[in-house]
Amino acid sequence: MAITAFTGSATVQEAVPRKRSWVALVLLLPGLLYLVLFFLVPLVSLAITSLEVPSATTFGQYDAAFNWQTYGVVVSQYGTQILRSFLYALLATVFALLFSYPLAYFIGVKARRWPILQGLMIVLVIAPFFISFLLRTLAWKAILSDDGVVVGALKALSLMGPQGHFTGTPVAVVFGLTYNFIPFMCLPLYTTLERLDVRYLEASTDLYAGPFHTFRTVTIPLSLPGIVSGTLLTFIPAAGDYVNASSEFLGGTSSTMIGNVIQSNFLVQLNYPAAAALSIILMAIILVIVSVYVKRSGTDDLL
Amino acid sequence: MLNVVKEWPAMTRTMPQDPMILSLIQQAKQASFSRRSVLTSAGIGAATLALAACSTGGPAGKPTAAADKSSGDKTLTWANWSYYLDQDDSKKYPTLIAFEKQSGIKVTYDVAVDDNNTYYAKVKDQLALGQDIGADTVCLTDWMVSRLIGLGYVQKLDHSKIPNIKNLSPSLQNPDFDKGRNYSLPWQSGFAGLCWNKEKLPNGLKNVSDLWDPALKGKVGVLSEMRDTIGLIMMEQGVDISSKNWGDTEFSKAIDEFRTQVKGGQIRNIKGNSYADDLKSGDTIAAIVWSGDVTSINGEVGGDKFGFAIPDTGGTLWSDNYIVPIGSPRKANAEELINYYYEPEVAATVAAYVNYITPVVGAKEAMAKIDPSLVDNQLIFPDATTLDKVKIFRTLTNAEQSKYTVEFESVGLGA
Repeated sequence: MAITAFTGSATVQEAVPRKRSWVALVLLLPGLLYLVLFFLVPLVSLAITSLEVPSATTFGQYDAAFNWQTYGVVVSQYGTQILRSFLYALLATVFALLFSYPLAYFIGVKARRWPILQGLMIVLVIAPFFISFLLRTLAWKAILSDDGVVVGALKALSLMGPQGHFTGTPVAVVFGLTYNFIPFMCLPLYTTLERLDVRYLEASTDLYAGPFHTFRTVTIPLSLPGIVSGTLLTFIPAAGDYVNASSEFLGGTSSTMIGNVIQSNFLVQLNYPAAAALSIILMAIILVIVSVYVKRSGTDDLL
Repeated sequence: MLNVVKEWPAMTRTMPQDPMILSLIQQAKQASFSRRSVLTSAGIGAATLALAACSTGGPAGKPTAAADKSSGDKTLTWANWSYYLDQDDSKKYPTLIAFEKQSGIKVTYDVAVDDNNTYYAKVKDQLALGQDIGADTVCLTDWMVSRLIGLGYVQKLDHSKIPNIKNLSPSLQNPDFDKGRNYSLPWQSGFAGLCWNKEKLPNGLKNVSDLWDPALKGKVGVLSEMRDTIGLIMMEQGVDISSKNWGDTEFSKAIDEFRTQVKGGQIRNIKGNSYADDLKSGDTIAAIVWSGDVTSINGEVGGDKFGFAIPDTGGTLWSDNYIVPIGSPRKANAEELINYYYEPEVAATVAAYVNYITPVVGAKEAMAKIDPSLVDNQLIFPDATTLDKVKIFRTLTNAEQSKYTVEFESVGLGA
């Protein structure tokens, strides 16, 4: 759904091929097979699992059924965590956008005169990908730990109370999410801003628009495709993220997200129907949010 | 960018004149469903359902043991918990190297277990299918071993290949989940108790309720092993966790206390073996931990930084046991390894390092030659007074297991 919205401005084909092209079909086959095997089958399997009931005899085994009540149970039990996930994802997306936009603007527009600087800065944005994000998040846990530099400095400056701490709090989780998703926000923004025609900005200035007015009415609309894809690339994975909020990393008991709930249900409680139902709810909510978002920004504003 | 089609043309009976739009309509018509394509997609849907059904439904019966290839395959993988085998300064395992030389079996020691539940979740599907889980022997806690035996996921041990089984401590020979020890053999036993940072808390801790001191708010860690964390709380509330006389009421009372401390922010984290990281980084300064680990953590930080005590109201006693997973084709190799670690001298060497209770009779005499100062160490060779303070968490029924796990987890998730 999101894809078609993006390609709404697709180029129009000149002629319609008369015959069905078997070559195209054959080329399409591996992709289709991949989708069926690794997307459709797991999805159907997940839906079936979510409706199962516990086996009467063996702990941790489930029998096929049509127990849709599981959905109601998990929503009432984990409603807070579901809402929290989307709140954290929203916060992380907003923060990532606020950090990335000036950066991408500088690299894509201001640094055009110095291609070497431009290249270097792009490398710096991509560089974190060279190391697994698990390791980087663990490193943040050490940096933000109670005996670490940050907390020590804040306490020395009396900006943090003697019992204050970062790790295991919502602040640390949102921080981790923002940090981990900044490159995903920055790169799409850079690609659109890099093609920004500065003559539009000059024209705007010539028409007596101030810098803020120019930015609001010219730069932002022109970079909207980058903003939309950047926010999607951040929001969707952030809502389902379970690493940052896991107690092994930056989270604690007051900051668990839906991903952690699913993990616990799958791995510890062995409550597969609940975990499957939560996964489907998560996907459904994301699908709705994203469709509304793309429809609003994609067709009404983008074109 | 200028030739953007703003709106899809309305499908009316009169076709539009524009040739471009006409061609678009033709394309759209071609893409619409023909009867054949509907049938094809229905076929794909049915195939998908069939595949999905295969992926969810497990085999009905119990898996069968893999054929043993040990004579031709002199390798072995041993999955275990951290701080659980003697290690020298270059991070090598001296007793294991000695075993490799003696037996000619190449052993991979894999520190893969952080928590019983997460390890089980990782391997259960392969176990159900009788496949090799990538470990030929693994050491897991009593209650998990009980579940694995019940499900038929472990191989029967050949006692004739483990002659040193005669050294097994009598008190561990007939647990209720494996009478006669046909499927499992103890690796180490230990206590869950209290640990504190001696620099920050010079007075130490005596009871579980000392962890709830407001001065420790947000600095307390507890174990993700329900039986240890809740077991300690229950014992402080006066429940004998080893008796069958307690049930939902007593458990709920302990869970309520636990929930209060988590909700109030007193407890910072609920973790498996990785609790050691939090103690080392200073995120926690007091915690419920496993006895021997404290010695290893002190070794890592280089100094006597952390203290350990069994609470006055009592601690838990548990054992981790060797099992051979059903899909392992190297059972004989595993049995040779187990036999080796049941030599009193070897057991004493390991115990001197890991500081856990060894199940091997004769290890105490061997320890007198290795390190006489450890002979009276209560963590390795507990006397009657120490053993009076600890209890084994009773076996739970399936229903209890399921219910209690859900309650314990929901606290950790803040739900």
